Amino acid sequence: MTTRLDTRFADLAREGRAGLVTYVMAGDPDRETARAILKALPGAGADVIEFGMPFTDPMADGPSIQAAGLRSLSGGQTLKKTLEDIAWFRQGDAATPIVLMGYYNPIYIYGVERFLADAKAAGVDGLIVVDLPPEEDAELCIPALEAGLNFIRLATPTTDDKRLPTVLGNTSGFVYYVSITGITGAATPDFGKTAEAVARIKRHTDLPVAVGFGVKNADHASAVARGADAVVVGSALVEALKGSLDAEGKATAGTVGAVTGLVGSIASGVRHARKAAE
Amino acid sequence: MNAPLKPNSFRSGPDENGRFGIYGGRFVAETLMPNILELEAAYREARNDPAYVAEMAGHRTHFIGRPSPLYFAERLTEHFGGCKIYLKREELNHTGSHKVNNVLGQILLARRMGKKRIIAETGAGQHGVATATLCARFGLECIVYMGAVDVARQAPNVFRMKMLGATVVPVQSGAKTLKDAMNEALRDWVTNVETTFYCIGTVAGPHPYPAMVRDFQSVIGEETREQMLAQEGRLPDSLIACVGGGSNAIGLFHPFLDDPSVEIYGVEAAGHGLDKLHAASISGGKPGVLHGNRTYLLMDEDGQIQEGHSISAGLDYPGIGPEHSWLNDIGRVTYLSATDDEALEAFQLMSKVEGIIPALECAHAMAKVAELAPTKPKDHIMVMNLSGRGDKDVPQVAEILGTKL
Repeated sequence: MTTRLDTRFADLAREGRAGLVTYVMAGDPDRETARAILKALPGAGADVIEFGMPFTDPMADGPSIQAAGLRSLSGGQTLKKTLEDIAWFRQGDAATPIVLMGYYNPIYIYGVERFLADAKAAGVDGLIVVDLPPEEDAELCIPALEAGLNFIRLATPTTDDKRLPTVLGNTSGFVYYVSITGITGAATPDFGKTAEAVARIKRHTDLPVAVGFGVKNADHASAVARGADAVVVGSALVEALKGSLDAEGKATAGTVGAVTGLVGSIASGVRHARKAAE
Repeated sequence: MNAPLKPNSFRSGPDENGRFGIYGGRFVAETLMPNILELEAAYREARNDPAYVAEMAGHRTHFIGRPSPLYFAERLTEHFGGCKIYLKREELNHTGSHKVNNVLGQILLARRMGKKRIIAETGAGQHGVATATLCARFGLECIVYMGAVDVARQAPNVFRMKMLGATVVPVQSGAKTLKDAMNEALRDWVTNVETTFYCIGTVAGPHPYPAMVRDFQSVIGEETREQMLAQEGRLPDSLIACVGGGSNAIGLFHPFLDDPSVEIYGVEAAGHGLDKLHAASISGGKPGVLHGNRTYLLMDEDGQIQEGHSISAGLDYPGIGPEHSWLNDIGRVTYLSATDDEALEAFQLMSKVEGIIPALECAHAMAKVAELAPTKPKDHIMVMNLSGRGDKDVPQVAEILGTKL
C-alpha cells in the first residue's frame, strides 16, 4: 500500500533534494490562526506537515512546545477539533502528507479504534506518539498499520545497533532521527555526528530518514539536509509564532507570516543544500 | 468493565511486560528505553545478590533505624471503643517517613550501576529529603525537582534538602506541583540519560519502578507480620494506609495480599469532596496513561490531565501506582477516601489522644480508622501505617487553625 508519505518521499528522491518537515501545534494560538498556518505551510515550502496534538503533560518537549500546548488547550482545542482541522485542510490539499504528533493518553481516551477510523477519514497519513515505544506496539502501532496509517518511530542517539531492529520493526513512512538526547527545542546538535547516525540507520532500513531536534534556522537546516532525506523543524516555528503574539498572547496580523516566513527561509536552506553538495 | 479473573496469587505481578492486569507498562520516549531495560536487568541481578541484600540490611539497621516499632495504640483503642488499633511506626525512621526505605534501595543500585548523578521529584519534600540524605551519605550529586507552588508551601523541607547538599530546582511549568516536577525530572533524564539515575519516589512510573519500589517498601509489611505474630500470636484482621502514589500502602499490604482473612483498606485524598477538587484517582478518576504507566488518573473527557487537590502535598498527585489500580479492579483492596476536613480533625485527635503528631497524609488513614474501628469487634486487630511524622505540617495546620506562629 502506497501512502501520501511514500509518494512524497519518492518525489523528493526524484528531485534529488531533501524534504522539509514542519511541526506546528493544532489550535495554537487559536483554532482559526492555526488553520490559516496549516493551509499556508505547503506554499511556504513544507513538504510534510506534523500537526501537534496538545497534551497537558508533554514529557519529551521543551518549554516552547509545552507553552504552545497550553495556549492551544486554554483556547478549547480537543482531539476531535484537531481531526476536523485536518479534514478542513484536505478539502484544499490532497497531496501534502500530514502526520499527527503527540502523546498517547488523549488517543486512548478517545478510543483507539474510533480514533484510527476518524483520523483515516480526516486524511491523516501517519502518527508519531512519543510515549509508545516498540514494547507497547499492541496498543496503537499495530492497529494503526492495519488501518492503513503510517506509524513513525523516533530513533535516538541511545538507540544502538542492537536495538535499532526493534525500533525499525513496525516503523513505516519514514524514520524520525532525534539528533540529541534531550527534549525538543534544546541544544543544537553536532551535525557531523548526525550524518554518521543517519548512515548507521540506513544500514538497517530502506525507509527515508528525517532528522530533527535542535534545527533552528536555514543554516542548520542546510547542514542537516546534506546528510538526511528530510529536516524537521518544530520549536523554532513555535517560537516564531510566539514572538508574533500581542501582550495578551493573542494572534496578530503578523502571526501567520511569522511562521511562513521562517518556513520559507528554512526551505530555501534545505533546497540550497543538495545543490551545494553536488 | 468486566471483572478480571482472580489469580492464584495476588503477589506474583507484574508480568514480563511490567503489567498488573491492564495497568503498568512502559510508556516512555525511545531515548529512555535502553536505560529502563538496563535498570530492569541491574535490579534483577542485584536482588539476587547476597552482597547487595546484606548491604541494604546493614544500612536499614544502622542508618535508618529499623525495624520500626509496631505499637499498640491503647488510648486510641479506648477512645473509639471498638477493635484494637496498632500503629506501624514508620515516622520514626531517619528523615521522618517511609520514603527512605525506597531511596536506600535505589541509591545502592545506582552505585552498583556506576551512576553518580541522582535526580528525583518531590511533592511535600519527604522523598526529596530522603534522596538528599542518602546522596550526602554516599557522596553523590543530587538534583531535586519540586513544583514552584510546593517550594513555597514546604519551605522547611526545601531548606533541609539544601543543608544536605542537594540542588532544588523549582519547576515553573504546568501547575507547578508534583506532576510537573515529575515531567521535569523525566525531561532531565531524557537529556542526561547516560550519567543519571532517576530515583522515583513512589510505586509509579515505567516498569520496573512500580515493582522495584514496592519490593523496597515491603519491609514494612514483612516486619509487621513478624511483630504481630510475636506480640499477638496471630495475623492482623485488617490493614489501613493512606494512598497518594501508594508506596507506603503497598509496602504494608503486599506481604499480606495472599492472606484472605486480612481485610485491606487504602485511603485516598478526597480534598474538598469527590464532587469538587480532590486527589482521589480511583474513587474519582478513570484509567489512562501518564508518566510511563497506565493507571487510574484524574482527567477531563478529552484525556487532558487535571490537577489533584489535597490539604496534604504528599497526596496531591492526579495518579496512583498501577498495582493499586489492579488490586482495586480485582477487589482485593478496598479504596476509601477522606476529605481535607476529616484529615485535619484526625490530625488533632491523634495528637491529643495518643501523643503522636501524624503527617497530614497519615491523618487521612486515621480519619477512616475513626470510622471503621467502632464497627469492629473488640478482638479484631487493625494495623494502620503511620508513614510519616507531622512536624513538617505544623506551620500549615497552624495557619489553617488561625494560629500565628
